[in-house]
Amino acid sequence: MLHNISVIFVSRKLKDMKILVCISKSPDTTSKIAFTNNNTAFDENGIQYIVNPYDEWYALVRALELKEAGGGQVTIITVGGSADEAVIRKALAIGADEAVRIDADPVDAYFTATQIAEYAKNEGFDLILTGKETINYNGSQVAGMIAESLDLPLISLATKLDVSDSGLVLERETTGGVEVIEVSTPAVISCAKGMAEQRIPNMRGIMAARTKPLQVVSPVSVETLTAFVSYEMPDAKSACKMIDPSNMDQLVELLHNEAKVI
Amino acid sequence: MSVLVYIPSNNVLPKAALETVTYGKKIGQDVVVITNGTADDAMLSTLGVYGASRVLIDRSYEGNDPQQLTRLIANAAKTCNSSTIIFSHDVIGKAVAPRLSVRLKAGLVAGAVALPNTDGTVKVNVFSGKSFGNVQVNSAVRIISLLPNSIQPEQTGSSCSVETFDGQVGSTSIVVKSTKKPEGEIPLPEAELVVSAGRGLKGPENWAMVEDLAKVLGAATACSRPVADIGWRPHHEHVGQTGVAIRPNLYIAIGISGAIQHLAGVNGSKTMVVINTDPEAPFFKAADYGIVGDAFEVVPKLTEALKKFRESSH
Repeated sequence: MLHNISVIFVSRKLKDMKILVCISKSPDTTSKIAFTNNNTAFDENGIQYIVNPYDEWYALVRALELKEAGGGQVTIITVGGSADEAVIRKALAIGADEAVRIDADPVDAYFTATQIAEYAKNEGFDLILTGKETINYNGSQVAGMIAESLDLPLISLATKLDVSDSGLVLERETTGGVEVIEVSTPAVISCAKGMAEQRIPNMRGIMAARTKPLQVVSPVSVETLTAFVSYEMPDAKSACKMIDPSNMDQLVELLHNEAKVI
Repeated sequence: MSVLVYIPSNNVLPKAALETVTYGKKIGQDVVVITNGTADDAMLSTLGVYGASRVLIDRSYEGNDPQQLTRLIANAAKTCNSSTIIFSHDVIGKAVAPRLSVRLKAGLVAGAVALPNTDGTVKVNVFSGKSFGNVQVNSAVRIISLLPNSIQPEQTGSSCSVETFDGQVGSTSIVVKSTKKPEGEIPLPEAELVVSAGRGLKGPENWAMVEDLAKVLGAATACSRPVADIGWRPHHEHVGQTGVAIRPNLYIAIGISGAIQHLAGVNGSKTMVVINTDPEAPFFKAADYGIVGDAFEVVPKLTEALKKFRESSH
């Protein structure tokens, strides 16, 4: 009997999950990247910020699908200044229920992850989702750091996430293959392509987002472990050498003798 | 003080393992490799040739749960008094290195593309390959995850000892139910040669010529985002900003216009060849070699030329 009760408890819990989705802002994917202050800072001039696509398309949309299927609540969290509220409202327009902004500059991944972990530790989230990386820093660090800070299992680069009676069923990328795994909640998951499809917010969502709760939380004191001290652009490419389409022997010769790649 | 290099449990030594050991040897004299699983001693001892002083292996643990691997590597780092810990920036490195960073309070340089600069900063890929950043680590211990294909393995020493290590990995809450591994395919991030195609191919039935070309070259196959999204090719082949980022020695793009999002995932390639019917395709601006022509005529000709080249060079 006891066993049955625990099964019912678990499945009910998984039907009504509290999900935290970590979002980050990133420059629009078509942005031209440039630096300023003697190449020590990213030049924000003319940059349109969006919700980091991996956070939005995969983590947030999958969280919303799980909520639509089994109830629950989706909270988004970001570490950033008040200017970031525009991207927060966009994530709310897509369908998140509420938002938390930790009022600090996300100086490094450790700082950011620690702030999120500090907020999450007493909130009883069943799932903490992130995108697989940001398109600005490509570090893929925050999910693992949150998981370690909270001593939770991490499933990174997950391409599928489903809920069963006893826990979560996921697929994740391994080197050149896919693993099917099971894990109980709570867990931290970084989401990759395959998880969900991009959703365009509708007018009702955009209107509703204006009045959804957005809580501003003060940061805790954290040391940073790393800093970006400078940036550089790749060397300019020399002009493309055009080759006659009927002369593929010449291309092979150039690849062998000039580029030395074959 | 030692340099600790984690390599994944495996029955073959992936190129990424040789790259990370070579990288470690260029940073410090005493390079210790930590691994786990069933790899045999003879194979592991060859890591000495690439610069390892010794290899530690926990044979009681065959899994790859990031939580357990973090404990294993943290214990090894403590035992070896390591000041630098190196990973490959691959699926395991991306999961384990951040956990280890928190556990050891050690700054993580994620996605290094080169050896540390003289001022101690390390160059990484940022903005999806559109630029580089130099990262300074503020902690006493640093962790570096190295992007595959950033340095070439170098043979500098002779075979080394292999010692059993008790990593005290503890328990896991992850159960691996099954593993699907495509046989005989080259994993894209590791591939030195990549042949990629896009919508210019008009349909999935036309991929045979791409595969023929890849086969002659010994290359991996890839594709553009639209092609993966409409289901012509599997998602794991999608390279670009939102897909896999690669930096092969040779990237051949067939029927791909070269949108900025696609370039972001491939502009780390050393040499790029672009084949497109449209001379105005933006990809030609990024390419080293360009061919304006119909892929259906050019690709089989290139395959033939390569076949001839391969035969004559054997």
